[in-house]
Amino acid sequence: MKQDKTRVSVSRRRFLEKSVKAACGASLLGLGLGLHSQRSHSLSPTAIRPPGAGAEEDFLGACVRCGLCVRDCPYDTLKLAKIEDDVVTGTPYFEARDIPCEMCDDIPCVVACPTGALDPDLTNIDDARMGLAVLIDQENCLNFLGLRCDVCYRVCPLIDEAITLERQHNERTDKHALLLPTVHSDYCTGCGKCEKACVLEDAAIKVLPIQLAKGELGRHWRPGWLDENKFNGISAQSGLEKTPDKAVETPFSGNPLDTLNAPK
Amino acid sequence: MTKSPLGHDAIVQKGYLGAHKWLILRRISQFSILALFLIGPLFDLWVVKGNLNSSLTLDVLPLTDPYVLLQSWFSGHTITNTALIGAMIVATFYFLIGGRVYCSWVCPVNIITDAASWLRRRLGIKSNTVLARSMRYWLLLATLIASAVTGTIIWEFVNPVSLLHRGIIFGMGLGWIIILAVFLFDLIISQRGWCGYICPVGAFYSVLGHTSLPRISADKREQCTNCMECVVVCPEPQILPPVLKTGKGQIHPMIFDSVCTNCGRCIDICAEDVLHFRLRKIPGDKKPVR
Repeated sequence: MKQDKTRVSVSRRRFLEKSVKAACGASLLGLGLGLHSQRSHSLSPTAIRPPGAGAEEDFLGACVRCGLCVRDCPYDTLKLAKIEDDVVTGTPYFEARDIPCEMCDDIPCVVACPTGALDPDLTNIDDARMGLAVLIDQENCLNFLGLRCDVCYRVCPLIDEAITLERQHNERTDKHALLLPTVHSDYCTGCGKCEKACVLEDAAIKVLPIQLAKGELGRHWRPGWLDENKFNGISAQSGLEKTPDKAVETPFSGNPLDTLNAPK
Repeated sequence: MTKSPLGHDAIVQKGYLGAHKWLILRRISQFSILALFLIGPLFDLWVVKGNLNSSLTLDVLPLTDPYVLLQSWFSGHTITNTALIGAMIVATFYFLIGGRVYCSWVCPVNIITDAASWLRRRLGIKSNTVLARSMRYWLLLATLIASAVTGTIIWEFVNPVSLLHRGIIFGMGLGWIIILAVFLFDLIISQRGWCGYICPVGAFYSVLGHTSLPRISADKREQCTNCMECVVVCPEPQILPPVLKTGKGQIHPMIFDSVCTNCGRCIDICAEDVLHFRLRKIPGDKKPVR
């Protein structure tokens, strides 16, 4: 009886010991995996996600790496990352300089996605924001050199919206114009056709993941000249130019100079 | 008397085919599933698109790996109907047929670990690191917690199962290194180590198939000669001796332990015809199983 008891307690201790070891091993592995996954949140700058993919950290929780989007891509644009690629293994991406997105009207990749990692609410491809084209090399871009290459502008599926040509005086010749390709983030879907078409050895215009391409204003900062930021219909600058039509309840004149320079 | 080589007696008794029936069926199952996924990209015949993580068969039937989807849900992603339906179909199937049937009849890594185990026996490699078998369940739990904490499907960063399956269909690249590592781990470091101690995918399916119907039963265990060949070939060798024991302290002859992968190698290798596939009976059921 007594012997039985000791045997029970020994085997229980052994069981506990084994379980603790296993649990520790598993949590260490889990921890390592967790840390590893955090490193992967920043996407390689040349890898562009398919249309409808959200922010990288959301995408990695939603994409099951099944490749159905790749299969339904009619242009073989999309591919799944291999372990040697600078993209999380098994997830879909494309490289604009290699094969850009052709912006299909029916967005088959989004339709194919079983998990909603590619947002099913994206039904108009013009609303896609896969990345943002940036004319990154203004020293070698032929248009910046004063030539009329215009290729990126011509191939842009949203020509005159996503890319416009902005005229500027050519200081070098002092008699010609520069027509500078200019990307507008309100329209650019990040399809990458401009980067693909750029005639340089290495593209002067490149599509970058949006978080790389864009800055962000301070949250408290309101550009006063925009309609949505006007206070009672008065923009921050309008007071400088003229008194508002409707007088606002204030002891001060609309012109700050009146107040600032007024004799006491 | 010298002991005959492993499996020799079974071949004498049942012929080569009889002594490898389940093994051959399993390989057919594994390779035809791979083939179904492969004829799309190879011959442009699209029966099945995708891979084991999620697929679409004949453009109507969605199938999704429930473990991957569970991690996705833990990561905070809202599950879509398509994925949920696909995962329910898969989960129901393995719930009924046996969770770890996935491991031995579908999983492509099984071919790798079986090969390692076979070569280990052939080369007589004895070095063996024994870990706790419960570790895979802890790791299963850890992957779910880590998915929630990091907001990613965490096991997909390393999972050799999806890596190999996806690799074969979509292009492997350097992924072979991971597969080779699993092979060498099983060959040199730990016998049946990957599936036996680590793989949380197998652990998930084992939990899923906890009450599945087809089970292996040592229903003619009185004929057992204790040759131990079934234990040698079994990927989870700890589960066989208890059910083979007869006489005082004998338990129900059916393997109720859900780590059994229903691979059927024990049935194949048994010259005495002790083991059979049977449908589950409730433990403690007074009626003897045949």
